[in-house]
Parts: sequence; C-alpha cells; structure tokens
Amino acid sequence: MSNFAIETVGLNYNFGNQTVVKDLSLQVPTGSIYGFLGPNGAGKTTTIKILLNLLQSPADQVFVFGKEINSNRIATLKRVGALVEQPAIYGHLTGKENLINRCILLGIRKSKSDEMLALVGLTEAANKKSNKYSLGMKQRLGIALALVSDPELLLLDEPTNGLDPNGIIEVRNLMIDLATKHKKTILVSSHLLAEIERTATHVGIINKGQLLFQGTINELHLLSKPMLEIEIDNIEHAAEFLANSGYQIADQTDKKILIPYTSSKDSGTINTLLIQNGFTVSSLYQQRKDLENLFLDITKNN
Amino acid sequence: MRSLYISLVSEFYKSRKTLAFWAAILLPVIICSLVTFGFYSNSEKLVKMNYPGMLLWVQYIGATLNVMGMLIMPFYVIFMAFSVNNIEHKNDTWKTLFAQPLNKFSIYAAKYLYAILLILICLFLFAALSFSFGHLLQALVPKLSFNQYNPSTFLISSYTKLFLSSLGILSLQFIISLIWADFLKPMGIGFVGTIMGIVTAALKWQYAYLIPYSLPALALQVTRVKKGGDPLDFEIFTREIWTSLIYAAVLFTIGYFIVSKKSIK
Repeated sequence: MSNFAIETVGLNYNFGNQTVVKDLSLQVPTGSIYGFLGPNGAGKTTTIKILLNLLQSPADQVFVFGKEINSNRIATLKRVGALVEQPAIYGHLTGKENLINRCILLGIRKSKSDEMLALVGLTEAANKKSNKYSLGMKQRLGIALALVSDPELLLLDEPTNGLDPNGIIEVRNLMIDLATKHKKTILVSSHLLAEIERTATHVGIINKGQLLFQGTINELHLLSKPMLEIEIDNIEHAAEFLANSGYQIADQTDKKILIPYTSSKDSGTINTLLIQNGFTVSSLYQQRKDLENLFLDITKNN
Repeated sequence: MRSLYISLVSEFYKSRKTLAFWAAILLPVIICSLVTFGFYSNSEKLVKMNYPGMLLWVQYIGATLNVMGMLIMPFYVIFMAFSVNNIEHKNDTWKTLFAQPLNKFSIYAAKYLYAILLILICLFLFAALSFSFGHLLQALVPKLSFNQYNPSTFLISSYTKLFLSSLGILSLQFIISLIWADFLKPMGIGFVGTIMGIVTAALKWQYAYLIPYSLPALALQVTRVKKGGDPLDFEIFTREIWTSLIYAAVLFTIGYFIVSKKSIK
C-alpha cells in the first residue's frame, strides 16, 4: 500500500493526434496540499479529468488511494470531490438547490447544504438563482459542491479563478484548514507560482503535458533562488564596484543590477556599501522568479 | 437500482422548475380546455345532430387525439428528449454528473426514463382530462349524450398506442440530443423527420412504418379506420407499435454504448 493519494505511472493521453499528457508520473502524498502548476494548456485540466475518470486513461497508469481507477471508478469517486474548470452549476436553480441536488445524488442528508453554504459564505445568497451569481460566488458554490460529500481527496482546478483578493485569501485559508484540521489531501492547480507557494506543501510543475519538476515546496525554493534587484544610478560603475567587492552579478540591465539574494542583513550591507561609495540607490528589493523564469531554469537544468 | 432511483429523483429535482416539466402538465390542460371550449360553444349544433354517446365521445376524444398524434406528439417528444439532455449541455454539468459515484448506466437510464415518465404523465393527463372534461360538458349541457357511453377503454387503448408508438422517436431524438449540444440539430432533424412522417403516413406508403416519426400518426390511423365499429375492437400491439418498441430498445442500447465510451471534454 503506497502513501500516495494519487499516483500516475507514465501516464499518456492523446486527443486524436495531439499528445496532451506525456509520460506523467504524479505522486501526491496523502495529507498534502499538492500544487499542480503550469501555464494554460499545459495539461492540468486534462490530468484532473483523467483522475476523475471523465477521460479514459490506459489501464494501470492511474491509481487513486492505491487503486486502479478504471476498475474502481465508483469506489474511487466516493472519496473524491472536485471542481473542474468553470464550476458546473445549474443556473436555473438557487445555490441551495444546487447543493440539495448534489446531496440527493450522493445520498446524504439535505441539511448538509446549509452547512456548506455557511462554510463558503453564501448563506445570504442561498435562495438566489445561481445564474445571477457573480463569478466569485459561482466559484465558491463550486467549492461547496466539491466539499459536500466530505471527500478525503479534493481536486481543485484553479479554484481562485475570478475571486477577489478577499476571496482568494478565504479559499487559501480554507484549503490549509481542510488539510491540517481535517486531514484531507488536496490537489490544487494554478498557473500562478505565488498562489501555490502560499499554500502547497508539495509542487508538481507541468508544461506541454510533461512533468518538469516534482517535490516539496522547499525543494522548489532551492530551485527558484530569489534575487536582489538593485535600481541604481551610474550602473556600469556600480556593477564593477559590486563585482570587485566580491558579489556575483547575476544580471544587469541599463537600470538594474541583479545579484543572488542571501539574507536581509546582507542586503542592508550592500545598500550601505553602495551609498558610502557615492552611488544613489533608488530601490533595493528581493525578487522571486516568476513561473516563466522558473520554467526556463528547470528546462535548462534538464 | 439505488443509483438509478437516486438519479431519477435528481432529474425530477433539477427540472421541476423548467418548461420541460411544466409542458407535460400545461400541454394537456391547454389543449383539452380548448377542445372542450370548442365543443361547448358548438353545443347547440351537437345537441341537434343527436349523436349517440359513443360517437360523440369518439368525436370529442378524436379532436384532441388527431392534433396530438399528427403534430404535437412528435414535437413534444423531440422537445422532451432535447430538454432532458440540454439541462446538462447548457450548464456544462456532464462532467460533474459523471464524476459522481454512480454508475454510468444509471445516470443514462434515469435520463431516458425521466423523459418517458414526462411523456407518460402528459398522455395520462390527456386521457384523464378528456374523460373529466367530457363529463363536465355533460353537466353543463345536459342534453348531450356523453353519459350514454363509458369511453375509458377507448381512451386507455388510444393513448397507450400513442405512447408506445412515440418511443421510437424518443430514443432516436434522445441520442441526437445526447451527442449534440446545440438546439438546431435535434430540432432540425426532428422537424424534417416529423414532416416526412406525416407525409408518408398520410400517403400510406407501404414502408412508412419503418420511419419512427410516422409511427404515432400510423398508430392512430389504424384506430380511426375502425372508429365506426366497436372501439374495443382495435388491437394495441400492431406492427407500428412493435416497430417503435424495437427502435426504442435498439437505440437505447446504442445510446448507452455512446455514453459509456464518451470522454467528457
């Protein structure tokens, strides 16, 4: 019995001639928040659909809770809640009715719908038709629908899509809460590194259907070394001066110098050094790599 | 079995606020009311003609039945097959529906059964309303002869035939609506099919019974031929009905095959 809630073994998936997922070996540890990161069209949604058996995967390539998905479809789906792409909601029903309908399908008590509405903060909009909901409200209803069966594994496809900053924070806290207090495993996809970094314990990065990186969030941080970005006048001299002082110049543009970030104390020392030597420092801040640069790095390393 | 029942309850829950559901109730109420009103405003003439009870009933019921069998029934069935599937297409909910821990056959069969159930409710109401409105007419115009004959057997047999003969169309349209999300394809194909059905049935083309769309009209034609005789006389399971049932069974199976292989994109 493996410790993985989800395990795919060399998963391949094609739409006709187009390969959407290529030799994908996901390993999502039980109890983790697994950030599934990749640009649009990387194969994230396809993978999630395969994990829900909406798309037929080849035999013996996809295992959920250690069981092959095609031969254990119903047993697996009982333990999984999902939000795929745009939340699937019956627009002519109210938020509450959407949840009650799901309760009917799952054979659970209808009062659960009220709890879920309260959990995602839709109690006041419970009796409003859901096609009148804002995108953020729909998204929250979608999350409530995914949670209503109290599943052990949650598959959330870009759950913060369309949410305002407040909503994003709420979803983030909800995920952390579910994983820590309720021992759920969550696979959450996103195309924003910053979004994943804040919640995930583990990360998988996918691009063009291939897994580029998989590991813990700390392993990712080792990969994506932060940089210190210095905006300064007299850039040529400044760069020369820094290099002479023993700092490694990572990059240099006509306005900025990039050097590897070590600690905030070191950043302060550099600042003092520059000012004492007559340079004017307009800004100095820690910069994290965005997904694009991270991809470049990872692909370079591969 | 349990998941079939659950899916069926959910189908009802989802659609109870939609036109598709209410059409099953409104359609018989409106048509029967109109026909009854027509008979009521013509009641003097009818009293003068002094029809025997049976003939009066046959005329009264036939007025509804002919409109139904020819035109409304096929379109109603097409609309039902469309709306049961469209509720998922429109809301993009196929993916969630098939991600529930229910077997695919139950989800599919529940949809199909629900469409059948709506048609059954609709036709039952037609029969029940024809019966009660006929008696209402009798109460309003006591000189009419509705009370001389009990039409229940005639009503039951005719509407049973109409129901069974429409299952072929239902199954065909069900598959079309299942595959295509848009409104025009099922409606367009259904419209052309229905016109073809009416024409071939009217022309009494010898192979008309092979076209599902002509079956309701054909089934009622046979009824009409013998309307002068004892209405109890006609057979329910005629060739048209068997054709319809065979179409229904075969297409239902094909539909399931499509669903089980279908990847939800």
